[in-house]
Amino acid sequence: MTAAKEQAPEKEYDDIPGTFVFDADRSRQGYHLNMFCMSLMRAENRKAFKENEASYLDRFALTPEQREAILKRDYNRMLELGGNIYFTAKLGATDGHSFQHIAAVMTGATQEDYAKMMLSGGRSVEGNRSKSGRDAPAKPAIRKAAGKSAAKARVKSSPRPVAKRNKKAGSKRG
Amino acid sequence: MARIIAGVTSSHVPAIGAAIDLKKTEEPYWKRVFSGFEKSKEWMANAKPDVVIAVYNDHASAFSVELIPTFALGCAAEFPPADEGWGPRPVPVVKGHPALASHIAQSVILDEFDLTIVNKMQVDHGLTVPLNLMFGSPAQWPCPVIPLAVNVVMYPPPTGHRCYMLGRAIRKAVQSYPEDLRVVVMGTGGMSHQISGPRAGLINSKFDKAYLDGLSRDPKKLTRISHLEFMREAGAEGIEMVMWLIMRGALDDRVKEVYRFYTVPASNTAVGHIILENLPHKTKSRAPAPVRGSASKGKRAAAHDAKQVVVRSKR
Repeated sequence: MTAAKEQAPEKEYDDIPGTFVFDADRSRQGYHLNMFCMSLMRAENRKAFKENEASYLDRFALTPEQREAILKRDYNRMLELGGNIYFTAKLGATDGHSFQHIAAVMTGATQEDYAKMMLSGGRSVEGNRSKSGRDAPAKPAIRKAAGKSAAKARVKSSPRPVAKRNKKAGSKRG
Repeated sequence: MARIIAGVTSSHVPAIGAAIDLKKTEEPYWKRVFSGFEKSKEWMANAKPDVVIAVYNDHASAFSVELIPTFALGCAAEFPPADEGWGPRPVPVVKGHPALASHIAQSVILDEFDLTIVNKMQVDHGLTVPLNLMFGSPAQWPCPVIPLAVNVVMYPPPTGHRCYMLGRAIRKAVQSYPEDLRVVVMGTGGMSHQISGPRAGLINSKFDKAYLDGLSRDPKKLTRISHLEFMREAGAEGIEMVMWLIMRGALDDRVKEVYRFYTVPASNTAVGHIILENLPHKTKSRAPAPVRGSASKGKRAAAHDAKQVVVRSKR
């Protein structure tokens, strides 16, 4: 029982798969990582970073793990270590990448496959609600109207088209 | 007396701004998105608001992790577009309405909403993209805009219920402003999307459509959606839909839905948009909640108000 005190309390949103919620703990942990990303809003800083990434990173009180994640452009790891997507996207932009490119990288897909998935309605929520297998939403406030069709959709396999759309790739800055 | 005539919500996907800036709006991918806002621009041109209150969130442009206000009301005379890494968007400087804004700040703070007052702030795509969608790309924005920035970047954002109640307080504040102004409130962001982590790309159209229905007919139901449910069902970043409830709280309990549009995707995001009008008030009332009794009469009157009726888009 005393050991339990040392552990961080379980957070209910940690049950959502593939998701790092930028909460108070991560915000505290990732402060310097995010401030590094924020510094890339200025052209002269982007230049200095590109010239020598490692020495530029010395300006920030990063942990060795955060440094490594930045240098390797491991976007999921950055989020896990307290980065926030709106900040890490600035690192992506410095590399000349769009939001959609970074999103694709985090999902392990090529940007082309990711864009295709989005065009065919995106990643389905079915099967992606819960790590613990509690896939059905618990006491939803909103899904009363949708409940019937949701049950039907669960039988089908994931992504399905939602609306008429044209098959063309998105914007660079997407 | 100032009054709120209507509320509008719209997604604020940065790629939509990029498509405008890079002149890609005629490309089929983007035309599908922009065509949904043609009627909206017409509606806005007819509505001719004197002031827009725009609820949006900053994306690490004006606020970094150094300062994270939950509600920040822009009281400045102007708000320049922020440089988000590609240079500032080529859009007009947003002119504020300092007198109304500071009146709202004073009123809602006395109503126990402890918001932050901002007298210097740049605004990013979160604000300027919805302005483009509703006003097009004019040389100057046609009316003053009061930005209300809401934290949805760091968890937890304010609850949907808190947002709704702030909207009500804003309604009361506007109605106690002596000048005769017609005000439109905009809620921005959403709909379902996740742009972080391995679950990125999540879209939940069923949730989105039920949310649009609720916004129109039963907003109080939406105020009971927990943050966990938002993130589970609509994606980690879909939680920003709480901002729409500020707009909804600022409207009367019963409203007329005049237009709706929904499409998937714009880049990583489901685009949702709705226009809700307050029913004409028979008598000018100071307090923000008569409605129930006079609504059916108002509704009949509204039905005859042909010039405002806009065709409903695909649901």
